[in-house]
Amino acid sequence: MALRFTKLAIFLAALVPLGRLAWKAFHGGLGANPIEVITHSTGDWTLILVLTTLSITPLRRITRQYWLIGVRRMVGLFAFFYGTLHFLTYIWLDKFFDIHEMLKDIAKRRFITVGFSAFVLLIPLALTSTTWSIRRLGGKNWQRLHRLIYFTGILAVVHYTWLVKADLRKPIEYGVVLSILLLYRVGVWVSQKRKPTPIPTPAGSRPEVTKA
Amino acid sequence: MLIGKPAAIPSSEITPKATYLNRRNFLAGAAIAGAAAVTGVASRDLADLVAPALTAHANAKIDGLQKSPFSTTEKENPYKDVTTYNNFYEFSTDKEGPAELAKNFKTRPWTVTIDGLVKKKQVLDVDTILKMAAPEERIYRHRCVEGWSIVVPWVGFSLSELIKRADPLPKAKYVEFTTLYDPKQMPGQRTSVLKWPYVEGLRMDEAMHPLALLCFGMYGEVLPNQDGAPLRIVLPWKYGFKSAKSIVRIRFTGDEPLNTWQQANSHEYGFYSNVNPNVDHPRWSQAKERRLGEFLKRPTLMFNGYDQVASLYSGMDLKKNF
Repeated sequence: MALRFTKLAIFLAALVPLGRLAWKAFHGGLGANPIEVITHSTGDWTLILVLTTLSITPLRRITRQYWLIGVRRMVGLFAFFYGTLHFLTYIWLDKFFDIHEMLKDIAKRRFITVGFSAFVLLIPLALTSTTWSIRRLGGKNWQRLHRLIYFTGILAVVHYTWLVKADLRKPIEYGVVLSILLLYRVGVWVSQKRKPTPIPTPAGSRPEVTKA
Repeated sequence: MLIGKPAAIPSSEITPKATYLNRRNFLAGAAIAGAAAVTGVASRDLADLVAPALTAHANAKIDGLQKSPFSTTEKENPYKDVTTYNNFYEFSTDKEGPAELAKNFKTRPWTVTIDGLVKKKQVLDVDTILKMAAPEERIYRHRCVEGWSIVVPWVGFSLSELIKRADPLPKAKYVEFTTLYDPKQMPGQRTSVLKWPYVEGLRMDEAMHPLALLCFGMYGEVLPNQDGAPLRIVLPWKYGFKSAKSIVRIRFTGDEPLNTWQQANSHEYGFYSNVNPNVDHPRWSQAKERRLGEFLKRPTLMFNGYDQVASLYSGMDLKKNF
């Protein structure tokens, strides 16, 4: 019951950035270059949500709040949602569906290439996010597939780093957080090589699919 | 380290602009009286020298503006765009940042040092420079290297008016412009995003071209701080970053100056940085631009549409000299 309320709260919270953007758009609050603001904001929130999904496993183990796994799927889907908005901003508002221009961009502009790849890697994860898919693929395979999120995280930070003109402070901040989250997994992997530790699952929840 | 919330300043403690301007008047008046007593110069003459400084605060109207044949008839961008969307890294790398952070920037007293290969080194008061020629309104297109553009009614006169009076030696082949370095006033300079102070440069013939504008106003008023007050240059055929802001030094040299962005990344930013739709930034296309306020991008024009400068670069490979 409590999880349902938490999920509802997270669902509503995840819509706040979009709501704020929409509110500002209708009140002339997006400044002189609204398309730039929309692009940056949706990009920022995609990255924040990707990092949030990546932080759930460590958080859950460190704090022993094992129920947290129950909200990970939703956070991940919201990362995909903002990633899609970010991508749509690019193809619609920035390039105005000029396929030729976009293909040139993807081939020629390395920050676009990596950004596009980061987004593409999210698609299979979103498609296999259902409980049915987990059963169908089997926990192990599903888990292997969903490790693609690590690459999305890395590519997204590289995308950000390569697009800024001179001020690298924000991409570096994201990069540091991502590094910590990935290093945590390396640490777990190394220690599990030594002695495997089973992770308790709350009764009645989905099969365990969250090992690092 | 403790990170505390700074105490909010109650609005009752903020000095209204009119009051502090009066206070400055009073202090300046006292200073003039003092200086007069010491030097024996009639205080009215000194007051005349200082007086324009006291009236020149943002939004003061500039009288006697002449129209310019260089002006475009394209629709001007609203004042709000040009004052709230600024690349001015000395204050912030966010475009909305400078408007707030430059609010209390002191543009008077302000001097400009003229040195290097000149007959006589000079330190000129900005108000002396402003009186060198009649102010003109020049409505220019302005194209940023990032791919957006605006149309701004600048106020100023040709940079050549100042250069003629600076009397450069025949050896002088380039002009270098330096922006104020004052990290106390310019918070962006407390970071190492770029090498400070900001430096820009032009070849002498570029600087002498009548389109090159020495600018101290826009929209018929004194230049707002976030747009490069009190004195900047505007070079409409080049990417925006070439148009140095808040200039304190103009130096004539025999060698090509190394401008700040070139120093930051010589692979991406060259000395010339002419607007050129055929030479892409290594990371993005320069073929199109978004005019602020428009939805669809428009094609970028060679030299930003200022074909009259083309002869300056005849015979040059603009792909190499980007």
